Amino acid sequence: MEFKDYYEVMGVKRDATQDEIKRAYRKLARKYHPDVSKQSDAEARFKELGEAYEVLKDPEKRAAYDQLGANWKAGQDFNAPPDWDAGFEFSGGGYTGGFGGHGGDAGAYSDFFEALFGQGFRSAGQGGYRTQGGFQAPGSDHHAKVLIDLEDAMNGASRSFSLRVPKVDAQGHVTTSERVLKVNIPRGVKQGQHIRLAGQGNPGMGGGKPGDLYLEIEFNPHSIYRVEGRDIYLDVPITPWEAALGATIKVPTPAGRVDLKIRPGAASGNKLRLKGRGIPGNPAGDLYVILGISLPAATTDKAKKIYTDMQQALDFNPRARLGV
Amino acid sequence: MARERTEILTGIILEEQARLSLRELCEACAVHVEFIAELVDEGVIDPVGYDKSHWCFSGTSLQRIRKAKHLQRDLGLNLAGVALALDLIDEVQQLRAQLESFSDTGHE
Repeated sequence: MEFKDYYEVMGVKRDATQDEIKRAYRKLARKYHPDVSKQSDAEARFKELGEAYEVLKDPEKRAAYDQLGANWKAGQDFNAPPDWDAGFEFSGGGYTGGFGGHGGDAGAYSDFFEALFGQGFRSAGQGGYRTQGGFQAPGSDHHAKVLIDLEDAMNGASRSFSLRVPKVDAQGHVTTSERVLKVNIPRGVKQGQHIRLAGQGNPGMGGGKPGDLYLEIEFNPHSIYRVEGRDIYLDVPITPWEAALGATIKVPTPAGRVDLKIRPGAASGNKLRLKGRGIPGNPAGDLYVILGISLPAATTDKAKKIYTDMQQALDFNPRARLGV
Repeated sequence: MARERTEILTGIILEEQARLSLRELCEACAVHVEFIAELVDEGVIDPVGYDKSHWCFSGTSLQRIRKAKHLQRDLGLNLAGVALALDLIDEVQQLRAQLESFSDTGHE
């Protein structure tokens, strides 16, 4: 497993005070909180940060971590020495749950963390959770993000997803098991919406009813379309003569090709709306075609001559508005 | 080769088709009734219904409550701070979407 440099993660020196560590955590937590940040790796960074803080904020864990030595580098191959924590008395602070908005469950920690602070801490921290006669509790709800294609939302589809489900066994070990689900994607679903699957969350205890599963829908980036809500955007290149003289061109839509009429005098950036050709729904989204004029390269004598002829024949100054 | 038969699950779109009671909402977000009542007082979510026993919430409330819970726990915010943060996050999201549509057509 890889060694994790918690000081580096938090951007503090090894001799930082507990106050400095707390300040660094708060600052970085605001920056990388998955509900706030739009950085693609925010969630991973936030988890890493939470794990680092979990260790460094607790003087006992920090001291134990420190005695591994300062010579380790992040990413180095690491195995916990057999008696690495000998001589440390852990008061069993357990997991304070101070982080992990998105997976505050035990499975959120890295193997590295688990190897160092895994079982002992957890069994101390999660006492009282043993099943006893007559004990009944409903299962908790489970949340997961899934990726679908635009086409799935256009037409509806059934898709398989594999979800990683963390489980804590009787000894307090954490394992993640894979669960494959086949789900109907409702036609017209939008990015960011959630599908609720009743009873598909974590199982209840002692006959309690199972929780629900919530799937947050995210679209895979599409090679040609951009999606906003139910509207779809498409950049379409046109030739200078199509723009100048007008034309009827073929454009793709997720439901198949259509003919699109371009008025004479079209300009780059013109936006043409194809009503109701976006993601279906009530109301259905629209498809927006954004025109961009593509110029043929002047690489042959023939092409060069045409440009030279235009230069001589046309009195055209595109920079007139700039006063030059 | 024997193929495993898997059931195809059908759910509902939370934001459009779901109406949640106070109790369902508590279960779905794993929070206490009091937390939801405080969020209502703070104007973070809006229930339908005259009094607490008849409260009913749209599916979007669920996500707002979960975010509120995470922000409170992870960043140590109080509820007024959570309410402000949620509004600002919404605004930033709208601005980002606008910015994207501008930069798409900005080369006019």
